[in-house]
Amino acid sequence: MDVLFDQSDAIFDGFWETIQLLLISGLFATVLGTFLAAMRVAPVRVMNAIGTTYVNTFRNTPLVVLFILVVFGLPELDIQYTFFEKATIALSVYTAAFVCEAVRAGINTVAAGQAEAARSIGMTFTQTLGRVVLPQAFRAVVPPMASVYIALAKNTSVAAGFGVTEATATLSALLNNDPQAAYWLFFGIGLGYVAIVAVISTGSHLLERHWAVAR
Amino acid sequence: MRLRRTQALMIVGLAMAMVACGEAGEDDEASGLEAPVVESPDFPEGSQMAEYADAGAITIGVKTDQPGIGFQGAGDDEPSGFDIELGKYIAGQLGIASEDIDWEETISDNREPFLQQDRVDLVLASYSIDPERLKIVGQMGPYYITGQQLLVREEDKDTITGVDDVQGVEVCSVTGSTSLEQIEAEGGIGRGFDTYSECVEQVRSGAIDAMTTDGAILLGYEAETPDELEVVGDEFSEELYGVGYYPNTDTEFCNFLRDSMQQAMDDGYWADAFEATLGESGIETPEPPEMAPCP
Repeated sequence: MDVLFDQSDAIFDGFWETIQLLLISGLFATVLGTFLAAMRVAPVRVMNAIGTTYVNTFRNTPLVVLFILVVFGLPELDIQYTFFEKATIALSVYTAAFVCEAVRAGINTVAAGQAEAARSIGMTFTQTLGRVVLPQAFRAVVPPMASVYIALAKNTSVAAGFGVTEATATLSALLNNDPQAAYWLFFGIGLGYVAIVAVISTGSHLLERHWAVAR
Repeated sequence: MRLRRTQALMIVGLAMAMVACGEAGEDDEASGLEAPVVESPDFPEGSQMAEYADAGAITIGVKTDQPGIGFQGAGDDEPSGFDIELGKYIAGQLGIASEDIDWEETISDNREPFLQQDRVDLVLASYSIDPERLKIVGQMGPYYITGQQLLVREEDKDTITGVDDVQGVEVCSVTGSTSLEQIEAEGGIGRGFDTYSECVEQVRSGAIDAMTTDGAILLGYEAETPDELEVVGDEFSEELYGVGYYPNTDTEFCNFLRDSMQQAMDDGYWADAFEATLGESGIETPEPPEMAPCP
C-alpha cells in the first residue's frame, strides 16, 4: 500500500501524460471526425467517398498497427516528430473514424424536414449543417461520444510501448523496481483510469440532462 | 486523396521492408556446442532435482529478442545464445537432453510471476540479481557480470562517447526497465519500447540517438550490423546475472544449480559457450565470476 504514496509523484506524472494525450487527441479527433461526418453527408459524391474510405480504413486498422506505422514509418520518410506528437497522431487518426460515425448517426436523428426547411429559406449546405442540423445532432450524440472518449482514454495506454512515459509505462517501471507490490500497483493505476472514465461519464451525464429537450 | 494513398502505400512498403531486414539479420548457425547429459543421475528423494529428473523434462524461461544472450528468429525452432547454452548444461546435469527442454519466452515484467505460477522452472533471461527480486524468487549467481552501456549509430560515435554525453539526449530501452531509470538519473530523456528490437530500430532509423541496456545485449546488436552501430563508453552500472528459481527457500536446489554452474565454468564449457555466442561480437572471453554462496 505504501508504494502508492511513496511513488505518488511518478504516478501523477504518468497520469498527467495520459490526460494530456487524452485531451489533445480527443480535441483533434473531434474536429477531424466532425469534418469527416460532414463529408459523408455532403451532396458531393467525391467527398462521400473520401469520408467512407477514411472510416473503413482507420476503423478497421488495429491501433497498435497504426502506432507502428506512425512511429516506425515516419522516421523512415525523414519526417521527425516527438514521440508524444506521434502518439497523438496515431490516436487522433484512429479515434476520428469513431467520432465520424457517432456524429453521422446523430445527423440521421435530425428529421429530414429540418434540413429541407433550412434549404427552402435559402441556406447553403454549410449553413444548414452548421446552424440547423449539427446543433441538434450533437445533442443526440452525447452518450455515444462519451463511449468514444472513454475508449480513447484507455487506448492511450498503447503509447506506453512507443516511447511515451504515461501511466501504463509508469506502472511497468514501478513493477520492475518493486515486484512484491504488484497487486497494489495494479490497483492504484487501475483506480486512476477508473477516475478518468468517471469524470468523462459524469460530464456526459450532466451535459445530456442540460441539453435534454422534449421532442 | 491520391497523395494520401501514395504516402500510405509508401509507409506500408517501408514497414514491410523493415520486417524483412529484421529477419535477414540473424543467420541461424549451430553453435557446435554439445552440453553433456548425465545418465540417470542420483538425487535425494523428494528433492526438486529428483522431480525434474524423473519427469525427464524442464521448462526454462529465456529472452528471445536479445542476440547473443537469448534470441529466436522468425524461422528458428529453438532459441540460441549464452543463456540458452548454460540452460542446456544445467538440464544435462539433471539427465535431461536439450531436445526435452521446453523453452518459454519470458519478458522482464513477467519473470517473477512465471516462476511463482510454475509456468517456468528456471529463468535464464539476462536476469539481474536484485534485493527486491530476492524477496520473491531465488537467484543463483552471478554466472556473468555485465554493465549498462550505450549503443549509437556509427556516425555519432564521436559526439556521444559515453554516459557523460547523454544530457538532454533521447535514449531508448525497454519500458519500465532499470536501465531506463538509470539513464534518466544520468540526465538523459528515457523513451520506453516494448522490446529491445523495436528500440534498436528507432536508433537505426534516426528517430532516437542512443539505446541503453546491459553491454552484453548491446554487443549482440552491434555484431548484427557492425557498420551501422557502435557500443560506446564504459559500463556505468554493474549487472550480475543469476539463474532464477522458486521457491527462494530451496537451498538444496540452489546448491545444485551452483555446483552445475561451477562445473561448467571449471570444465571450459562456460568459456566455449561464451565464445560461440556473445564472443561473436569480438569481445574477449572474460574470466568466469565468483559465485555467491547459496542462502
